[in-house]
Amino acid sequence: MITQLLSSIAQGVGLTLYVTAASLIIGGVIGLVLVGAARSPIAIIRSIATLYINIVRVIPPITWLFLIYFGLPQFALRLTTIQAAIIGFSIIASAFMAEIYRSGLLSIPDGQREAAHALGLSTVTTVGHIITPQAFRVALPAIATYGIGLLKDSALASTIGVREITYYAQQCAKQTHEGLLSFVVAGLLYIVISLAVALVSRRVDLTLRRKIGVA
Amino acid sequence: MDLLTQWLGWLPDLAPGLGVSLQLTGLSLLFGFPLGLLFAVMAASKLAPLQWISFLFVEIGRGLPALVLLYLLYFSLPDAGITLTSLMTAIIALTWNTGAYASEYFRAGLAAVPLGQKEAALTSGLRGWSGFRLIILPQALRISTPPLAGLAVLVFQGSALAFVIAVPELMSKAFEIGSITFEYLSVYVLTAVVYGSITLVFLALVRVLEWRLGRHLQRN
Repeated sequence: MITQLLSSIAQGVGLTLYVTAASLIIGGVIGLVLVGAARSPIAIIRSIATLYINIVRVIPPITWLFLIYFGLPQFALRLTTIQAAIIGFSIIASAFMAEIYRSGLLSIPDGQREAAHALGLSTVTTVGHIITPQAFRVALPAIATYGIGLLKDSALASTIGVREITYYAQQCAKQTHEGLLSFVVAGLLYIVISLAVALVSRRVDLTLRRKIGVA
Repeated sequence: MDLLTQWLGWLPDLAPGLGVSLQLTGLSLLFGFPLGLLFAVMAASKLAPLQWISFLFVEIGRGLPALVLLYLLYFSLPDAGITLTSLMTAIIALTWNTGAYASEYFRAGLAAVPLGQKEAALTSGLRGWSGFRLIILPQALRISTPPLAGLAVLVFQGSALAFVIAVPELMSKAFEIGSITFEYLSVYVLTAVVYGSITLVFLALVRVLEWRLGRHLQRN
């Protein structure tokens, strides 16, 4: 019974990973733009970025998904369930990633920027070669933690019909009346994926640290 | 103007849903925080079985997506002969989730109290429970309150998940209105505004709380 359940629920692993990874990447890129905008010298751009981040964070993820999946077709913008899920989670991820980048940037001492300036490096070179690599190293553990959080949030995509882990678990629970077992299997899959992500990120973190000679 | 009258017309229908959401949040916090404290104390205990039980419950509560936890209870409790309303099931699931996350904050708070405090309590004759209750706990609580308040905001947002097991809360009321009027976009924007404004109120309260708790530290 359990192998049967496992094989049918594991069908959803692909889409769970796809939705999570796509949203993390798209959200990560938008987050970069946001964090740039939040530090812009123009006040109105700063306040727009801050407003966007705050609006995204105070609305529950499930409301975002429903807003996009059920609401947007009113503008004749029909999305598939997967597109809607990725758009929704990308919006949510962008706000959280922007906050993570911001704390990464804050951890870089001002002296680094000043030293780069003293060496005659342009702003673009300073940001690209001095600040970003250091900030990324600081932000990596937080990004991994958020990625795991997003993985768990991606279970919400099942509510709009994306065929991921939770969706299949729900189908199995309804068809086989093995509710407990189905969701235990689904839960184990999530935990295994989370552990794998955590292990990989720790390995990468350690490699990066070794490269610069700490730890 | 049209939109505003439409929204005002819907608000009376959404209000009972919001009541259920707040009730769900309130009860989950009411049971979840003491549960979290219990898990944190168990994790620090010398008895290995207590540590294992705490570890198991905390890791399940934190490791599973809240949605999966909700479905897990919803589909398995009836098989075990326990029939509860969907609201009760949602409260149990969210309590577990809250307790698991809260236990980490309590644990951090307890760990942040210097060991000297415990020793000082011992030399003052406050042993075991009374020392814990009078000396350690108040200091730990002050440290863990800000993250716990932040957690409370997340639990309120998480209460929207109860929609999937047909708890008549805010999201499901919005869905009802949407399926009657087909004005999905409008009704979900209204729902988002309701969730957003209540979250903002919560966050403002958290700010005030943080300021009040840190007041005695600011003077010197």
